[in-house]
Amino acid sequence: MTAVETDARATGRLGAGRVGEDAQRPDGTLKVTGEFAYASDLWHDDMVWGVTLRSPHPHARIRRIDVTEALTVPGVTAVLTADDVPGENAFGLEHADQPVLAADVVRYEGEPVALVAADHPETARRAAARIRVDYEVLPALTDPRRALDEDAPPVHPGGNLVRHLPLRRGEQGRTAPVVVSVDVEVGMQDQAFLGPESGLAVPAEDGGVDLFVATQWLHVDQRQICLALGMPPEKVRVTLAGVGGAFGGREDLSVHVHACLLALRTGRPVKMSYGREESFYGHVHRHPAWLSYEFGAEPDGTLVYARATVLLDGGAYASSTGAVVGNAGTLGLGPYRIPNVTVDAYGVFTNNPPCGAMRGFGCVQAAFAHEALMDSLADAVGVDRVEIRRRNGLREGDRNITGQVIDSAAPVAELLDRVAALPLPPPADTSDIRALPGAVGNTTHGEGVRRGIGYAVTYKNVGFSEGFDDYSTARVRLQVTGGEAVATVHTAAAEVGQGLVTVQQQIARTELGVQQVVVVPADTSVGSAGSTSASRQTYVTGGAVQAACAAVRTAVLQRAAVALDRPLTGLRLDGEEVVGPGGEVLTGLADVLGDDAVEETREYRHRPTHAVDPETGQGDAHVQFAFSAHRAVVDVDVELGLVKVVALDTAQDVGRAINPDAVVGQIHGGSAQGMGLALMEEVVVTDGHVRNPSFTDYLLPTILDMPPMQVEVLEYADPHAPYGVRGVGEPPTISSGPAVAAAVRDACGRPLRRVPIRPEHITGV
Amino acid sequence: MRVVTTVNGTEQVADDVWPGESLLYLLRERLGLPGAKNACEQGECGSCTVHLDGEPVCACLVAAGQAIGRSVTTVEGLSGADGLHPVQQAFVEAGAVQCGFCTPGLVVMASDLLARVPRPTDPEIREALAGNLCRCTGYEKILDAVRLAASRQARP
Repeated sequence: MTAVETDARATGRLGAGRVGEDAQRPDGTLKVTGEFAYASDLWHDDMVWGVTLRSPHPHARIRRIDVTEALTVPGVTAVLTADDVPGENAFGLEHADQPVLAADVVRYEGEPVALVAADHPETARRAAARIRVDYEVLPALTDPRRALDEDAPPVHPGGNLVRHLPLRRGEQGRTAPVVVSVDVEVGMQDQAFLGPESGLAVPAEDGGVDLFVATQWLHVDQRQICLALGMPPEKVRVTLAGVGGAFGGREDLSVHVHACLLALRTGRPVKMSYGREESFYGHVHRHPAWLSYEFGAEPDGTLVYARATVLLDGGAYASSTGAVVGNAGTLGLGPYRIPNVTVDAYGVFTNNPPCGAMRGFGCVQAAFAHEALMDSLADAVGVDRVEIRRRNGLREGDRNITGQVIDSAAPVAELLDRVAALPLPPPADTSDIRALPGAVGNTTHGEGVRRGIGYAVTYKNVGFSEGFDDYSTARVRLQVTGGEAVATVHTAAAEVGQGLVTVQQQIARTELGVQQVVVVPADTSVGSAGSTSASRQTYVTGGAVQAACAAVRTAVLQRAAVALDRPLTGLRLDGEEVVGPGGEVLTGLADVLGDDAVEETREYRHRPTHAVDPETGQGDAHVQFAFSAHRAVVDVDVELGLVKVVALDTAQDVGRAINPDAVVGQIHGGSAQGMGLALMEEVVVTDGHVRNPSFTDYLLPTILDMPPMQVEVLEYADPHAPYGVRGVGEPPTISSGPAVAAAVRDACGRPLRRVPIRPEHITGV
Repeated sequence: MRVVTTVNGTEQVADDVWPGESLLYLLRERLGLPGAKNACEQGECGSCTVHLDGEPVCACLVAAGQAIGRSVTTVEGLSGADGLHPVQQAFVEAGAVQCGFCTPGLVVMASDLLARVPRPTDPEIREALAGNLCRCTGYEKILDAVRLAASRQARP
């Protein structure tokens, strides 16, 4: 099935809220009325506010910390330093290499050094300013291109290499009749979720703590908090508070341990909520990247070989850099058939802000390079830019550059054909300056404005890769309350805005035939759901909910079979009735269950993935691939370097859309983030210092920047995935940016080898 | 400092207000109205938009003391006894809500637009909402929602 997105309301697809229908969010009304409780909205009797004192230096030794003055500030209830961390002073997603509070050395600007709790946030901030930290400033390693030099100062005792992934396939040292190459630089992007890092820690009577926090993965948070607090998991209970966006930036800890430490010390509930400036220091960013690529091809454009080096700046701590390198290496040449491959991907430590997960995860940076190079190749061999991609695009059954067979749909050519066939926007209306670059700045009435069109295509792994035990857990209960059947779904999966709560309801309705489905708050009293990242939750937690529902259904039918004295075979649930093989109603759910509830818990695992060979990078690293293509149309004022994105159209294969309306919403939002990176979004870091930690200086796309988007959704079911689903959230962020960059290049005729593209790059001054 | 102000039609009193506090802090932390959101503290994102004497403002840029004797309407005051405001209803139906952190500010701003301009053109909608950042939706379904609310409002 394919469907061109028009107006979902007009098509009237709102149904009973089952799988495949447009379903409304259960939290939608609360969110439009202001009643939905985000982490930063939490409040508790007798609570105090916690704040963080952070390092002003990218690299320094801490000689001494004097908290005396801060403690004398009226209203202050606690001041904590590294000495007050009762467990191990370390946390981290892949390696526990980051201190909860810096003890002897700080490795990046903004590293937490001390904590204050007080009865008013301003009191706490002023007290924090009175903590005296005696720093010995040390030379900072801030150029990642020097990080692996022999004379580079080591950021950590083990050296500056986080991970090197070599990838060797086919014949090394191949030559080809046509050779093109490119060097690309990608700036540091911020997730810029609107809801700042926040949490409320409440000390409990058993000596433990209850933490309510905005996050992406409750159980990995819990594991890290326990390590730092020196407590067993049963004493550290973590509940998801309302999450105002995530995009990868909440995979690492922020307020979590700090709030718990302050709550346990003061014996009072402690709320922490970052302001925007602190948020820029309080979470990891997308890795800046330096990429050198070379493609060799036959005269008709058929790829013969690729050589590539990718360097990612991991900043001061490892976070998920290892996995990002994994993606940048194994997926870094794009969705193309390339028989001979030499890739080296590196992630390094520096004294820059730590980098980690962000939507697209290593594929975003690489796509700017491989897509720029595909355009160069097209031009070099005189082939259309869409055709060069069609010709080399992966197809089902092909092997990718790690030798893995693509064992479900790989519709690269079809996605390109479909996006290319979408109507183009009309020429710029020079009578309305709002439609022109510079808009009401009144910088042009059309003079100097050139139109450009760019294409890009990508693929992204879905779920965790390289042998990770990737699973989710769901608990489903069915009971009849007040004469109505109600299903309750309980998982630890983080709803961060994407609509997983809706998907869980849709699956339960579909599997159990009931209308009322309650999704209870995610917490650690049920097994792990894994992370809300890697476009994986609809697939993996969706699979767990489906499995738990199936178990509940079987249990109910077994009860009915006993009560009816009939064989189980042929019985099924239909609405709130048990029906026989011919559809005849045999009994009601209420009669079968009475006052009992049937509850089942199930884990779901996708097919295993495998580590890649450490020397060749070969192996079945990924479980699923998701493909998307974009076409961008831009008008560029080539004299001033201003860009107006006129259209940003896309085609994407989603396997099967559980909630088509929400799928399109993901594609819209993901496309906007890719466009932002291409044109405006960059955390500017010089000498280890962040220069623009605010929404005044870090530019996000507004409604004036975003063009209308035509979205074409393909549904080629993945036979290995629940309902055939394919991850949706990330591909649009990967292919939209390179399409925009290509369109700007097309308009201005300059190579534009760095993103975000700045006006001076376009004008060449 | 004592602040006496009318919020959503009810007179509210807050004592011991620190003069540096914003109207946003007053609403969220002292008056129990967390609907307006704190996302940038600089008037860049519009998440804290409320009406002050009928004018939309960023509550983060208004000092609490400036609200003394004035009338504030927050997102909590937008829906009435007969249910959601048409803009709120349209946001839910059109899929304009994802994480929803920008939503309170956007529905306040969009309701302001439709009160002034019952049938806005797309450029007018974009201009009116240009001060409200959304990180999730790419704005397409927000435009759908405002168009939907406008079309319903236009019907008798």
